This record gives sequence, structure tokens and C-alpha cells, in this order.
Amino acid sequence: MHAPIGDVTEGARLIALGMHPKLLPSRDAVYADLVRRFNEDDEFRAVAEEVAAGLGLVVLAVSMRAGAVLVPEEGSVFEQKLDEYARRAAFGDRRDVEKVLHGLAHLAVAALAFPRPDDLADDAYVGRVSVEQVDGVVREACRMLADKAAVAEEAGDPLADAPKLEYAWRVYMRRPETALTKDGRLAPATTRAIVAKALRFLADQGLLAKMNDEYSGTYRTTPRYQVQVGELAAERAFAELLEMGVVPVADPAGSLRTVGDTS
Amino acid sequence: MAPKRDGRADATPRDEGLARRLKALACTAPLHDLDARKGRLDWCDASVYQMAEIALQIIDQVTIAMDFDRGADHDDVIRRTVPFIAAQAPDRDRAERERVASWVLDNLINVGSSDRGFRALYGTFGVSGEYERRAFDFKLLVELVSPGGEIYLRASDEAINVLVGALDTDVESAQIAAEVKLDNLIRRGRLSDAQLAAQQARYRTVQYAETLRRKLEATRRDVRAVDWEHEVPDLIDEALTHIEGRFRYENAILTNITQIRDEAEDPAHKRRAAELVEIVGDCIGRHTQLQARLQEAGAVFRAEQDRQQFSGRARRAAVDLFGQLLLPSLTLPVADAANPTGAFFRSAAGLSAPGLPRLAYLVDLLLTPSKERTHLLDEVPEPDLVPAPDPDVFSEELWELADVLLDLEELPRRLSGLLAEARAMDPDLPLLVALRVLYAVSPEVGVAMRQGDDRVLLAVDDGARLDDPELGGADLLVGIAQLRTGEMAPDPVAAEGVDVA
Repeated sequence: MHAPIGDVTEGARLIALGMHPKLLPSRDAVYADLVRRFNEDDEFRAVAEEVAAGLGLVVLAVSMRAGAVLVPEEGSVFEQKLDEYARRAAFGDRRDVEKVLHGLAHLAVAALAFPRPDDLADDAYVGRVSVEQVDGVVREACRMLADKAAVAEEAGDPLADAPKLEYAWRVYMRRPETALTKDGRLAPATTRAIVAKALRFLADQGLLAKMNDEYSGTYRTTPRYQVQVGELAAERAFAELLEMGVVPVADPAGSLRTVGDTS
Repeated sequence: MAPKRDGRADATPRDEGLARRLKALACTAPLHDLDARKGRLDWCDASVYQMAEIALQIIDQVTIAMDFDRGADHDDVIRRTVPFIAAQAPDRDRAERERVASWVLDNLINVGSSDRGFRALYGTFGVSGEYERRAFDFKLLVELVSPGGEIYLRASDEAINVLVGALDTDVESAQIAAEVKLDNLIRRGRLSDAQLAAQQARYRTVQYAETLRRKLEATRRDVRAVDWEHEVPDLIDEALTHIEGRFRYENAILTNITQIRDEAEDPAHKRRAAELVEIVGDCIGRHTQLQARLQEAGAVFRAEQDRQQFSGRARRAAVDLFGQLLLPSLTLPVADAANPTGAFFRSAAGLSAPGLPRLAYLVDLLLTPSKERTHLLDEVPEPDLVPAPDPDVFSEELWELADVLLDLEELPRRLSGLLAEARAMDPDLPLLVALRVLYAVSPEVGVAMRQGDDRVLLAVDDGARLDDPELGGADLLVGIAQLRTGEMAPDPVAAEGVDVA
């Protein structure tokens, strides 16, 4: 198949537009045209996908609501690295801890934005998350796990010489929720600051939109975020868990409620 | 009943009580540590201050200020503690006392550590009987945010434990016990004991309110998190019954001690009774507050249910983010949790467009003032400085070379000869050799004896001048003196191979 050179240009343009996450097809006639063509013209679609593949990107979805949703393949130059994201963190072993905390914050933001599995599938759903809510729910979950651990094992405290074997919930719970610095600002190493950073970052990426400052910052989800989480991120994380032998049991109604009873 | 012959099993009982005691001990360590470190404060002479006492006062203030919605403000705590510090150091100025108070407060929060907590190591015996070192993490004061965004302090369970020693007791039964005791003490007129008991009862009330507060807070955050069909209504019923009982009880006590206060003639007795009236009054106030909260709880639930609306059923199944991703990730060890969270981040965080520097923008870029970070800032730590150990002037190798050189045989040698030989080996060596020889003019024989050495280096000045390009002085005679161990004769040194005694 030889695509006309003009199609390649157009395909690349669509990909380029997809790299501006805040740009929406509904507000840009050229973009809207390209989106329509992508969905109707199989040949054009193949060209655009090839262009993306050449750049190390996967076209996850192209729609009027979300625009062209692109996700980097592993090792792509466009890949967002957790290392860099959490680079203000400390050194050595602590670095791993910091990375995990930031990763957990992102996972928690998504979990609270889409509390039930249905919410990921429902195109019209708009989730709402706030710093206070995310931190609060994760803390609650940690407390529940702590209670469970207290029942299950007798010597609950972690071994002193194996920091990497410490449970993630313990690390999260130990981190203060907030703290004042000497000059009256908020310290960045607290869980609220970590969650706030995740929300701000996602808003900068065009994946969330800030609504107001209530509850230390309230955001709503965008269709793009819904697609990214639902179509790919959740599955990839799920696959990692399966690979480690952790097989989470599904509950079609969602399990956010199970915080209360420790099933 | 036969005693176990296996010594190992005897030596390794799984003693939970021991671990608990070790932890209780650890909770007090930060307080002792304050007194140990006060000598290093360079901005005042801290010897007059009893830091552990100040710390207990601060924990006390925070605990008393804790109620349902919030806790103590940093500045309030310091303000209330200053009079106590003034009693310790009447001749110091207010600024210094405030600084001491805030130093102690910062240390109780443990400002400067990223977890803002304390960690104590303790040993237990594992399942198979081997000794294991475990880490116990605890906090004394924690900072929390109120719904209005203000930051306030609350005392942790461990801190209340340090105060009243009751972490492991059941709050409900302890509360009743404390009040029965209080009642008895008042009837028998033992007011000083009664005051102590009343204070303890108040701490329990605070603790009880704290437990209830946490449960209600979880409800407010997510209605589905709590069982509103049975669990919470039962809880509210129980709590209301409890409060009703306490009300009747405390009012009776209050009448009783008010009477004692008014009738007492001994001023000390009167004052104590007056203090008791205040404490019990405060308890009643707390119960009223608790009751109001409990009555509002149902309305909170209904409002939250409206807010957190439930929508229709799903069309296709997807991953349950909370139950299938977040919870399992939290239960993993840190090293393993990095995989799923990292994978999620990579695919959910969007693209990162690599920045392309362009010469045309360079000047603008350089001239742009850096963005002010108004909200978050890296911590500016104020380190407690420990004087650095003196760096070694002479390296390990030099010491070894000097050892070889000074390991003299039978015959004593002149310093000049040693120096010349040393210079040939290493240019820095002569100085070390000279210093060691100088030290040998008056060796510490007693120390050498105690260490069990059988000989010491001995140097003697016989009047010869040292002719050396770097060093001057007497050209000492250096030899080895044998120590006769076993007897502490008036003259324990017998010069051997040294021709001067």
C-alpha cells in the first residue's frame, strides 16, 4: 500500500494535534476534520497509526470528545518518567519510597475519579476529585489494612534492616498528612502535598480540569483521562499485579465500599 | 510441667509484653533526648531548662485543647507553655523562653525528618526463635488540616500514652473505672488523689471522642465506606447511652465537689476542690459537644448520600481501580509496589513533550523571573549541629610506617637518625615520628599497664642538639622500655636497652 504523501502529512498533523492535550476537536475545525477522517477512512487511519508508531506512540482513541489520545510506548522520547517526576525526592532507599508514594497518589486519584468500574465505561461520566478526598480515602484504606495486619500477625512492626520489604500502606500512613515549614508554608514531603502535586500535574497535562479550591483543590476529569485510565493504564497496572501473583478479585459493583468491612 | 531441656526454646519466649514495654519505653525517648541535646543549643545556655518537663507540658496543652473539630494552634500552645518555662528560668527574657518552647514543640513534631515521626528499634524473637530487630514508628504530635485550611496539632495515642500510660486499655472500661475511683476519692475527701483521677478521666474522654471522631470522619468522606444499616446506628446508640450515663454521673460529682468547695475551710483543700469543679465542668462540656455531633451524624449521612450520588448500571465491565489496583498495591512491599504504580503512571500521566531549546528564545528564557512557589517549598532544615570529628592529620599508612620505624630492637636510637630514615620513606612521616617520640618523653605508663602492654616507647633528653632542616630541639634518645606486669612497684618501669633510667 502506498499512501499519498499528502495523507502522511495530514496523519502527522493529527498526531501533532494530539500532543496538545488541551486542544479539542470541537473547538478547531481542522482538528475536527482530521478526527472525522480518521474514523471514516481506514487507509488514513492506517497512515496516522504508522506515523504514531514511528514516533513511539500508540493511538489509543480518536474521538470528538477526547481528541487524539496518544500513549507513549516504553522507551519512547515522549514517555513521562516517574523518576523525573519524583526527582525532588531524597536519596538512596528513600528514593524508591518516594517514587512509590507518588505512584500510589496517581493510582488513588484515578480510583477516586472513577470509583466504580462502570464509571470508566460510561462515556458521559465526569468524575470529581479533591486533594482532601484522595488523601482521606487512601489513609482510610491504610488504616483498614493496619487493622487487618494487627489481627493477622503478632509482631506487626517492620524489620529494621529491610526497608524495601516494608508494606506500602505502612509507608503512606507514616507520612504526615500535612506539615508546616519554618516559614509557614506547606512541606512538600507530606501525603497531601504529594496528592496535590499529582492533581496539579494532571491538570497541566490536560487530563484534569481545576474547578475550585475547595477541599484543598477540586478537579474534574476529562474524557482524555478517562480513556487513558480505562483503556490502558489500569490494564497495564493490573498485568503487573498478575505477574507478581497478586490476583485481585473483581466485584462488579466496585469495591470502594469494602473499606468498612475487611473482606 | 517438666522444664524444657532445650535451652534455645527457653531463651526465646515470644514475649508480647516485653515488646509492649519496650515500645512504651521508646515513646519517652524523644523527651529524654531533648535534655541530652539541650547542651548543643548555641543560642542560649539551656542548662536551667528542664526540657522533658516542658515537653510534657506541651503535650498536655495540646491534649487538653483537642476537641471534636480541631486541636491546638501552634502559637497558642507556645503561649500557654511560656509561663511554665518562666517558672523554670525567671531571669531569662520572654523571647528566649518562646524560642525554647518552639524548639521543644518542633522536636516533638520532629520537624526536619521527612516522616515527622520517631523510629525506635527493638528486638523480638521471630516465629522460628531467632532474634529479629524491628522498627517501631510513632509520633507524638501530628499536624492536621482543618476544613478551613488551617493547620493544627493533635496529640497521638502514643503521646497520650506518655502522659497517662493507658494506650492499651479499653477506653470504655477505663473511663468507668476512672470515674468510680473519682467518686470514691471525693467521698473520702482525698482531694489531691481525686484531682489526679479527674484529670485521667478527662484524658479518657478526649481519647473516647477521638475514636468516635475518626469513625464519623470516614463516613463523611465516603458514605459507602461505612455500614449505615447496622454498624453506625448501633455505634451512635451506644455512644448516646454512654453520654447519658456520664452526664448524670458527672453532674452528681459536680454537685458533690461544689459543696465541698464551698464548705471547705482549709485554703489548699478549697483550691483543689475548685480545680476539680473546673475539670469536671470541662468534661461535661466535652460530652455535650460529643452529643451534638452524634445527633448531627444522621443528617451528615443523608447530605453526603445526596452529594455522592449513585448513577445507573454499567454497560461493560472494566477494572475496579480501588479494589483491584489501589488496595492490592498498598498491601505490597515497597519494592514490589513500584511495578504496578510505575506502570500505571507511565500510561496514565500522558505525554511529555521534550523541550526544544531555541536560540531565539534563549534571552527571553534567561530573563524570565523564576516562578514564585507560593504554596510549596522545600523544607529549610535547621540542623542540630554536632561538632565534626577532627579529621586525621596523618593517614593510616603513615601510622603504619611510623609503627614499623619505632618498633625498635635492643639498642636505642637517636631521633635524628629516625627522622632521616622517615624522610626517606615519606615526606610527611618525620613530623609524625617526631610527635610520637616527643610523646614518649613522658609515656603514660599506667594506661599502658592497664591495656596489658608489655612495653612502651621511651625517649630521653641527654643534652644533644637536634640538627634537622624542619625540626629543632633536643636530639632525643629513643628506646623501648619493658614493663614488668603483675606487680605495681613504685617504679614499674625497668629501662631495658635504654642507658638512662
